Amino acid sequence: MSTGKALRIVLPAAVLVALVGGWEIYVDTGGVSQFVLPAPHSVAGALWNNSELLWSNFKTTAIEVVLGILLALLTGFSAAVAMHFSSTLRRALYPLAIGSQAVPFAVLAPTLVFWWGFGIFPKLVIVAVICFFPVLVTTLDALWSVDPDQLKLLRTLDASRWQAFRLAEAPAALPAAISGAKIALAVAVIAAFIAETSTGATAGSATGLGWEIVNDITALQTAREYAAVVVLMVFAVACFYTLALAERRLAPWAHRSRGEVS
Amino acid sequence: MSYRPERRAPVQALSEVSLHASEGELLAVVGPSGCGKTTLLELLCGLREPDAGTIECPPAALMPQRDLLLPWLSALDNAAVALRLAHMPKAQARARASKVFAELGLDGFEQARPYELSGGMRQRVAFVRTLLSGKQVLCLDEPFGALDAITRAEMQNWLVAALTQEPRTVVLVTHDVEEAVVLADRVAVLSPRPGRVVTELDVALEHPRRRTDPAVVALREQALEALGSERTSEREQVR
Repeated sequence: MSTGKALRIVLPAAVLVALVGGWEIYVDTGGVSQFVLPAPHSVAGALWNNSELLWSNFKTTAIEVVLGILLALLTGFSAAVAMHFSSTLRRALYPLAIGSQAVPFAVLAPTLVFWWGFGIFPKLVIVAVICFFPVLVTTLDALWSVDPDQLKLLRTLDASRWQAFRLAEAPAALPAAISGAKIALAVAVIAAFIAETSTGATAGSATGLGWEIVNDITALQTAREYAAVVVLMVFAVACFYTLALAERRLAPWAHRSRGEVS
Repeated sequence: MSYRPERRAPVQALSEVSLHASEGELLAVVGPSGCGKTTLLELLCGLREPDAGTIECPPAALMPQRDLLLPWLSALDNAAVALRLAHMPKAQARARASKVFAELGLDGFEQARPYELSGGMRQRVAFVRTLLSGKQVLCLDEPFGALDAITRAEMQNWLVAALTQEPRTVVLVTHDVEEAVVLADRVAVLSPRPGRVVTELDVALEHPRRRTDPAVVALREQALEALGSERTSEREQVR
């Protein structure tokens, strides 16, 4: 068990060291200009020198991502339940939900800003709209695949429709919804980036890492731009494992035979 | 309870089935696959309405072949699920269930999750869940069909003991003639679809019954013969 645990840290670390090492050598031997691809050591330097700026921008983005995912979980789960109970609703809304995923938010951003200004809310909406879809699909599928015999049995025990939902369907859908959120997380950070760059921000406030990256690109601050990306990556990984942990806590039965969680 | 449907399309599951079970009796229904045994139980449990005929039976509780325990509940909470559905407070429901657990030798397994239990133990918990439904009639649909031979024999003994503790009227559907004879007070043999009653056998033997007991063997042969003769006569009809 302890060797297994150690491997879980050593293996990704080894891959990381190999990747970063190769990258460092590639840049140092003049394979590419520092303005195009900064060496890892300059990224590390930028990370250190701009820690305050990065931190304040990170906080803005982190709030957008975390609240956005939670909003997506809530709306995705509720929408799935509503569509599960009403086939009319499902027929009416499912195609729209799929269509919503094809909207490039640069198109909608001016409207959102017109409604809600430059604050955090329009950004949350964008993150949530992008992230709610995987939650909706996984939850709906899980609700759909509850054993019909299970529901029949509960009916012979005089369960009402609502009781059957609470006892059999909702617990089955819960881990699926969290799985959906894990998938959504992969795009949530990019969604936050899109949200920040398409809706802008009021001057002088911490604008988020997405905004900062775009500024750094135009200012040729390549090392700082990469430093911001590193922060986003670490954050995404941390969020993913937090969700995995939450899933294990909330739905221990879903992991009974696997022992180890991803 | 009796069930006398008219002949009608598309699929007639049962025809001219007239069965009666007295209070506290264990009636076994045996028949070939697809003779409408499960339909019969679904009618008894109120899961479907007959197209014709009448059912005079207080609503029955179903115990299916697959235990269908909820993986997110402990064994005790699974057993107590009907009580909770009837809005009994949690503590009271658990107390009642654990009393039955103790009576039937399941104590110690209260907190186990279904996936931690063996197949036989899961069926026992499923049976207690059926018992605690508060219904007077229990419908057991091939309850031990998925178990290995040794566990099945253990379960049959356990069931007899459990029903002595907690007497109920039981309709047991099985395709295992021996199981029917070992457990039941009366055995009804059904024909292939549309199922009708070929013969009814009284099993007036004391429990515990041994499989090798000549009386048990004789009844088993009689039941098998009834099943077999029905098949040959059907084949002759086809010719």
